[in-house]
Amino acid sequence: MQPVLLWSDLFIWLLVAAGVIGAWWSARQPLLAAAWARVGRSRPGMAAATLLAAFALVGLLDSLHYRPQLPAKDGEKAAYSIEVLSVLDALLTPLRTRVEKTYSAPLATRAYAKEMLEIRQPDGSVVKQRDYPRLRHGGAALGDDEGRAGADIAGRALRALAVAALVWLALCALVARRIAGHGAPAAASIEPAGEPLAFGAAWCRLWRGDTAFAWNAVLATLGIVLAIACVLAGLAGEYHVFGTDKVGQDVLYQVLKSVRTALVIGLVTTLVTLPLAVFLGIVAGYFRGWIDDLIQYLYTTLNSIPGVLLIAAAVLMMQVVIDTHPQWFATAAERADLRLLALCFILGLTSWTGLARLLRGEALKLRELEYVQAAQAFGVSDLRILGRHLLPNLMHIVIIALVMDFSGLVLAEAVLSYVGIGVDPTMISFGTMINNARMELGREPVVWWSLTAAFAFMFVLVLAANLLADAVRDAFDPRMAR
Amino acid sequence: MSDKRDLNSTPLLEVSNLSLGFTAGGRTLAAVSGLSFAVAAGETYALLGESGCGKSASALALMRLLPAAGRILGGDVCFEGRELFALPETEMRGVRGGGMAMIFQEPATSLNPVLTVGRQIGEVLARHAGLTGDAAQKRAEKLLAAVGIADPARRLNEYPFQLSGGMKQRVMIAVALAGNPRLLVADEPTTALDVTIQAQILDLLQDLQAEREMGMLLITHDLGVVARMAHRVGVMYAGELVEEAAAADFFATPRHPYTEALFAALPDLSRRGSRLQTIAGQVPTLAAMPAGCRFAPRCPHAWERCRSESPDWSVAGDGHRVRCHLLSEADRRSPVATVVAEAAASTVAASVAAEPVLQVADLKVHFPIRRGILQRTVGHVRAVDGVSLNLTAGRTLALVGESGCGKTTVGKAVLQLLAPTAGSVRLDGREIAGLSRRELRPLRRRMQMVFQDPFASLNPRLTVGEIIAEGMQALLGDARKSAAEMQAAIAALLAQVGLDAGAVDRYPHEFSGGQRQRIAIARALAVQPELLICDEPTSALDVSVQAQILNLLGELQASLGLAYLFITHNFAVVEHLAHEVAVMYLGRIVERGTVEDVLRQPQHPYTKALLSAVPSPKPATGAGGSIIRLPGETPSPSNPPAGCHFHPRCAFATAECRERYPDERALSATRVVRCHLYR
Amino acid sequence: MLAYIVRRLLYAIPILIGVNLLTFALFFVVNTPDDMARMQLGVKRVTPEAIEKWKAERGYDKPLFVNGAAAGVGAVTETIFFEKSARMFAGDFGRAEDGRDIAREIRTRMVPSLAIALPTFVLGLFVTVSFALLLAFFRATPLDFWGVVLCVAMMSISGLFYIIGGQYLFSKIFRLVPISGFGEGLDALRFLVLPVLIGVVSGIGSSTRWYRTIFLEEINKDYVRTARAKGLSETAVLFGHVLRNALIPILTGVVVVIPLLFMGSLLTESFFGIPGLGSYTIDAINAQDFAVVRAMVFIGSVLYIVGLILTDISYTLVDPRIRFN
Repeated sequence: MQPVLLWSDLFIWLLVAAGVIGAWWSARQPLLAAAWARVGRSRPGMAAATLLAAFALVGLLDSLHYRPQLPAKDGEKAAYSIEVLSVLDALLTPLRTRVEKTYSAPLATRAYAKEMLEIRQPDGSVVKQRDYPRLRHGGAALGDDEGRAGADIAGRALRALAVAALVWLALCALVARRIAGHGAPAAASIEPAGEPLAFGAAWCRLWRGDTAFAWNAVLATLGIVLAIACVLAGLAGEYHVFGTDKVGQDVLYQVLKSVRTALVIGLVTTLVTLPLAVFLGIVAGYFRGWIDDLIQYLYTTLNSIPGVLLIAAAVLMMQVVIDTHPQWFATAAERADLRLLALCFILGLTSWTGLARLLRGEALKLRELEYVQAAQAFGVSDLRILGRHLLPNLMHIVIIALVMDFSGLVLAEAVLSYVGIGVDPTMISFGTMINNARMELGREPVVWWSLTAAFAFMFVLVLAANLLADAVRDAFDPRMAR
Repeated sequence: MSDKRDLNSTPLLEVSNLSLGFTAGGRTLAAVSGLSFAVAAGETYALLGESGCGKSASALALMRLLPAAGRILGGDVCFEGRELFALPETEMRGVRGGGMAMIFQEPATSLNPVLTVGRQIGEVLARHAGLTGDAAQKRAEKLLAAVGIADPARRLNEYPFQLSGGMKQRVMIAVALAGNPRLLVADEPTTALDVTIQAQILDLLQDLQAEREMGMLLITHDLGVVARMAHRVGVMYAGELVEEAAAADFFATPRHPYTEALFAALPDLSRRGSRLQTIAGQVPTLAAMPAGCRFAPRCPHAWERCRSESPDWSVAGDGHRVRCHLLSEADRRSPVATVVAEAAASTVAASVAAEPVLQVADLKVHFPIRRGILQRTVGHVRAVDGVSLNLTAGRTLALVGESGCGKTTVGKAVLQLLAPTAGSVRLDGREIAGLSRRELRPLRRRMQMVFQDPFASLNPRLTVGEIIAEGMQALLGDARKSAAEMQAAIAALLAQVGLDAGAVDRYPHEFSGGQRQRIAIARALAVQPELLICDEPTSALDVSVQAQILNLLGELQASLGLAYLFITHNFAVVEHLAHEVAVMYLGRIVERGTVEDVLRQPQHPYTKALLSAVPSPKPATGAGGSIIRLPGETPSPSNPPAGCHFHPRCAFATAECRERYPDERALSATRVVRCHLYR
Repeated sequence: MLAYIVRRLLYAIPILIGVNLLTFALFFVVNTPDDMARMQLGVKRVTPEAIEKWKAERGYDKPLFVNGAAAGVGAVTETIFFEKSARMFAGDFGRAEDGRDIAREIRTRMVPSLAIALPTFVLGLFVTVSFALLLAFFRATPLDFWGVVLCVAMMSISGLFYIIGGQYLFSKIFRLVPISGFGEGLDALRFLVLPVLIGVVSGIGSSTRWYRTIFLEEINKDYVRTARAKGLSETAVLFGHVLRNALIPILTGVVVVIPLLFMGSLLTESFFGIPGLGSYTIDAINAQDFAVVRAMVFIGSVLYIVGLILTDISYTLVDPRIRFN
């Protein structure tokens, strides 16, 4: 096995590192820490964060890539597959490899369309007959006893639920013990940490929501996530839980793979946006004069080109570059990955203007504040004033913008991929899934599962992001905090 | 105030046992408890208190206009025999604006910016007088004329942004009067205005009230305004009424220790050079109200009973009641209360004839006005237009003037935070105007600034230690102090401004306004300046806290020999602290001299008017001199009147005044006036 | 005020030039015309002659900025920049891959685009502002809470879902309206109902929430307290005072997009098979027709700048502070 670091992996892990550093830094800043604590108190916010953490886990597992070693012939150097896999792929090997011929409905044992089948009669003769063919993998363990499918599915689901319940109860107990150990009642922060609570009291407090951190929301969400995940895991081994698509690939697998694409689009784009917006916005507001005029001209010009068209133009040009330089890419995955990154880059370049304008306005206000003038009176250098006095006091806007942008970008990916200027068609994403599946709505009966799965997952992801964004905005907006 | 009123008749407004609170985080904190008072028709009742005592919230509660988080927890408000808290909302709307009207502190934000004046008055006329169309137009014109607005017909079609601050407040008053209210609630009606405008508005309110036999509930923090306006006074402290008396009684013999302390904390000439009495500690927060008397933790006389038992009302005379245990146990009064005259005054006079620290000559700061398609400069705002000053070590020069006169701009131009357009600024004899940033750097540590707003002058993201260290690192960086030395230096500075060394690692939001101002002073002192420019350092603070800061500044000057350029609009502070005074009007100094000369015998008509407009908290002395009321308001510095800038408002203006700006005229060695009256 | 508007108009010139240069750089400097030819011709037919022919047919065989071979003014005019980019200022967009004149195509396709976009815009604005006012009136009540929840949920749904779901539900299941297509005259109406409805519904979530925030921000201002102290009813306060002031920030976001309505909606038009500019753009993108995309980028920016100027003008109408300064 040969580890592969795709460019997007690099950015993702960079982001993780930045997140860790950011957390450490804001823990040291009492005002930021207090704001985060307010986020922690928000029940919808924490429920959303738990969901997002589950998505992030999937995405991160999908961001550790490698090339599996091909079965080596004796004495030869080890050869590696040109196929790049991720840890998630390895975990989902059964889903990835058990491909049917074409469409099949969720949990089906037979295909979606009738085919001419040759049925061997008991007497040995072969009769040709149009029927739904048996799936190669879906419900294979049932053998000929297809009627047992319902009972089998129910049994597997129940067992999975039982496991989920056990794990969940254990987690709850763990949290309750933690609360009991701390003992400090949350609502009254004035009181010092009291003596340890009895476990039962802690348990009650936990579910009454009388904790500084919205543990009850986290645990409730975790319970739902666990239940769904366990049931899916319990059934996915034997059935195609969400059905299969046109080429017979498992839809559940596709949906899970889409998560990483969505996360990359939503997060890596901000890596491009933030430095541009923060630097140009603050500099324009602080220095004013011709620097301000220039930066304003720059973003008004960029802004005046309708976003989709600018993206379309840039993506078209990028496509030309990629198509005319096939020698740059060793594997198809690499090409798709670079195209994804380029898309992030283009999205970032076209979307920094809003935040920059916002920050410029705030910087204009801040530069007139007396603490900035006091620093000027000490002869503190401009760069230091920007970094020490302006940036930290604009951080809340940046954080709010960051979480608010995420959901918009995830939604945009789907639209762009539909228009044909999104991710590489070979890359699995919500957009490509929807794009591939939408034509099938015309069929009779309808192939609804691919679309539904993609839309449902995207909805949950975006809703969670929006809820978290709301909680973060409420907590960080100085007008709200008092 | 001379007219005696029959206070026994049924009062117009009777508030009994009003309690209200604010909800936050699922809990309700009481902000006002057990408030009871009454206002009779034709009477002005002043509710006096420092910020946060609950006086404004009480007024809003009377109108049932508390913000969303506010809750009325109990009590009754009886207005003209009707229980307001029991009225349905539709009837209450008839009371609001019709029965009692309210005017607010900030005229700039209290009027709707996108509606004309006429529309905003017309709304009330339509609602409460049933007037529309021409009749409403006529009535609105009359109202505007009644509040002293010239050319009312034109003003009706104007928008609030086209009016000056004083005119906006007049319009606010006209809006309030439109419904013919029997009670006017005025919530700090003049706090946002300049003294000369304040005097006009107070006169107006007084006249209107007398004319219309209105009751008036005046909410203020200013003892001077109370003395000028009130028939009766109620003092609030931490959500409770602690003393109530007729105005004359109140100013003659204040009885509650808090009230006494308030008077003692007022700076004035008689207490020059000495420490002002301060009130120890701070106003308790809503979350941590003391159990007994709420003032007990800060009261010099408090004993056990005060801490455990909340005092009930004691009658101290005719209509004078006090909430204090001292009234029943007078022997408990400790004698320390009257420590006023400590002899610290003499140290100041030591250093006089030395070389001036700061010499400013003909300083000009002009801001270009750009107009038109190409944004060409079509004129200049002459914010500072030829100011000259001298300041020696250990002395305080007060730069006095109303808002927009350019006094703050002078301060910033001296510090080179703004580039002067012309003129020279010499620090220790060295010219600093026009120096590059590099050249200026070593000079920066000699002069520092203390800003007006203690909440905006400290970066909320830095610890107090970091804030104080910033200047040392930037300007004394060559010394490369070790961390330990730095820590020691910061601790010493904190001690010097009277803060605990534990403050180092804390953040500004954990401190009160007064403490923050101490931190700001420590930050300035960190680089050991010779000159400190204080830009209204106490105007955002309550009187009792202001006294602490003034004391601190006085001590620092005595011990370090600092020179202060003290920018202020408050004459009481000037009297207390300054050695010399310069009075500014529209970018120029119109009169300059020692504090005794200028304040005792003002020569320039503007200085005279300014001094006479300041409401004095001592009614007896204030009424002595002739009262000069300035007409109109300060013109815009972008287009000052020709000749003497002051002539349109001056009662003595002659033809010459309209043509030529008067030259400087030295009346004595220390006295300069710019007025054609003196030649 | 006139000077203000003239100044805004003048400011549009450098921005348009900037847009023009930017698109030129994007289309001709990032990739050479040779690359584009290779792309268009496909792998098999790429020969040097074919490339030259392709370029000559489309006028891409000239130098980018300066034509050294041409005499006089031709040194500047006989270049790709002048022919393809600068002439867009005169409304000359050249020909599409299929040989049709782009400017004419745009003129004919504008009508169906507007027929969809204008009703969607007007109806959407009315619905969202009313909904937001309703929520603001019932602020801090369960109605407000659930209204906001609904908005957040609605804005979390992909625009594609509204279209696909709407088509499936109304056209396929209920068979109320045709799935797609466009007709002449009044016949167009039955094709328009569904796209307009979907356009309005898909915009409700985010717009309502935004307007509600603006209303709430205004409601907390001092002048509202004054209005209440006058004895005005809550409705009078909301409609007479808050709405007027809230209009100012709402206008910023709304007026800018009015001219862009001409551009149509990419998604709606392509899903419903409406022969407007949106579907024109999408087809051009899919066919990699650079000339059309370039033209649309330019037109889009011109319309946006028109929108900016309209915003400025509308400010002067709504905000007396600007009108009189």
